Amino acid sequence: MGTDARVITPARAQPHPSLLARLVGAQTAVQTHRALWGYLFALPWVLGLIFFFGGPILASLYFGFTEYAILSPPKFIGLANYDRAFNKDDLFWPSLGRTFLFTLMFVPSAIVGSLALALLLNQKLKGTTFFRTLFYIPHLIPAVALTVLWMAILQPRMGPVNAVLRALGVADPPGWLATRDTALLSVTIINVWAAVGGNTMLIFLAGLQGIPNEYYEAASIDGASAWAKFRKITLPMLSPTIFFNLVLAIIAALKVFTTAWVATQGGPSYATWFFVLHIYNEAFQNFRMGYGSALAWILAVILIAFTLIQVYASRKWVYYDGD
Amino acid sequence: MAISQPFPAATPASRADRRRKPLRPSRVVLYAVVLFFAALFGFPLLWTLMASLKTVQETFAYPPVFFPAVPQFGNYIRVLSVERIPVLLWTWNAAYITALTTLGTVITASLVGYSFARFSYRGRDALFLITLATLTLPAQVTLIPQFVLFHRLGWINTHLPLWVPAWFGGGAFGIFLMRQFFLTIPRDLDEAALIDGASYPRIFWSVLLPLLKPPIVTLAIITALATWSDYQSPIIYLNSPDKFTISVGLHFFVQSPEVGGEPLQHLLMAACVLAMIPAVIIFFAGQRYFVQGVVMSGLKG
Repeated sequence: MGTDARVITPARAQPHPSLLARLVGAQTAVQTHRALWGYLFALPWVLGLIFFFGGPILASLYFGFTEYAILSPPKFIGLANYDRAFNKDDLFWPSLGRTFLFTLMFVPSAIVGSLALALLLNQKLKGTTFFRTLFYIPHLIPAVALTVLWMAILQPRMGPVNAVLRALGVADPPGWLATRDTALLSVTIINVWAAVGGNTMLIFLAGLQGIPNEYYEAASIDGASAWAKFRKITLPMLSPTIFFNLVLAIIAALKVFTTAWVATQGGPSYATWFFVLHIYNEAFQNFRMGYGSALAWILAVILIAFTLIQVYASRKWVYYDGD
Repeated sequence: MAISQPFPAATPASRADRRRKPLRPSRVVLYAVVLFFAALFGFPLLWTLMASLKTVQETFAYPPVFFPAVPQFGNYIRVLSVERIPVLLWTWNAAYITALTTLGTVITASLVGYSFARFSYRGRDALFLITLATLTLPAQVTLIPQFVLFHRLGWINTHLPLWVPAWFGGGAFGIFLMRQFFLTIPRDLDEAALIDGASYPRIFWSVLLPLLKPPIVTLAIITALATWSDYQSPIIYLNSPDKFTISVGLHFFVQSPEVGGEPLQHLLMAACVLAMIPAVIIFFAGQRYFVQGVVMSGLKG
């Protein structure tokens, strides 16, 4: 990897590299000196990787095969944790299914909504900057504050949403977060509201602004309708951006936690008991560190699998300009 | 691809064009749609703001009232001095943890990014690949062993687990971001400084860092927002209310919105607004850089 200025000397005059030089992958004294500085600058991360970021990944992989109640040392139990998850844990499959259901509701709403907002802001209306900021603010609100805010909005008796519904003649408005049938939908609404005007929208906006105007002008000359332009120019040109946002949205949705935990503690009667809630409960409420680690790795495998499937599928529908 | 102006302002010419054009019916529809969305995003925010200015009676009014008869700005003073709900302390805890985390991440991530972008040594590429690999795994995978480690160190119920890791590179995202930016700076700059006899720390500090303001501000804002809002880490490490950050404190407040039988829902809404304000301020302080950073991450894909 040497693009740095190497001292060019005839092969015979090549100084015999010292042991230290060979150790750091250098040839000359200058390069050795430089490599040592490189190590020094990378040192914080090498330590961080060992103790806080990389090391723990390996540790949790190991913990996943142990029974570990934190106060006594981990006891190796082979695949028992995974057997328990797949076959004995009554909450495992429902929590996974519920997380997929949430993802299925959240991702299309967030992507379609963000794209619609971006298209709207791209129409050069007056006050676009103001609207863009207003749409973005929900995304800035800390997750707990966001949940507290929506608990007040959706409060069955004193909340404004049900007040409006009653005024419109709905005799028995829904209990939202408080009833089993509507809790999952309510958590989805909260998450979509917070995500739809956020980074996804900004990235779509930038993508829209990157489409050359000539394409639209040429289409106009050919008499294309607005819909045809959207189908034949905007969507294909935007497909890499859609793909990127889709991957991020799915990863975020599968990790849903704070809104459900704060609003309902996973209730009522497990209606919002998502997979990450299950991990938290097992690891930090019941102190089953081994089982929690196994669950965390199941989540990791699911996330990676989803991402790989999308990367593979993207070859079929994502269009890169210049292909 | 760097975008100097992600959202170009309308040029005077185009403004004039628009003024000459009569408002077409389709424009009217567009304005109606934009206003509908503005209401959709604005209403919950406005409701919260109004709820934070109500009296207790107005909070429990049925049917609910939107505007308080007399705005109770005193709620904001009161919420800072309720016993058992130390909102001021929670805000301070979150603020100093956020400051330390942001500082640590920015400093160490730029050092490590410099190392990856400008030095060659044995193991560099392997190290970089491992760094990228950690990006693909969810935080939940590292959370449990980290908890075990901090438990061993006796750091449970202290703030140390929340900010110390940031001083060790601060995670793969920031390092990757800084490295990419170092690579956009021509090498001739450092080589020239090297020939002039500058040391590597000197080159980093005086030559490169001044050119890296955009990614540094971007990383600082992303880190600060994430830390200020974080709930998943503090909730597992902090047990006693005097140690809580604002997010954990708010949750605690929600679960017991009464003190001595007196309902405090109106003060809860005030605390909620207080938790939002710093996030909005952080965002506006560096909005331009931040938006660019978000956009770049998306268009690179």
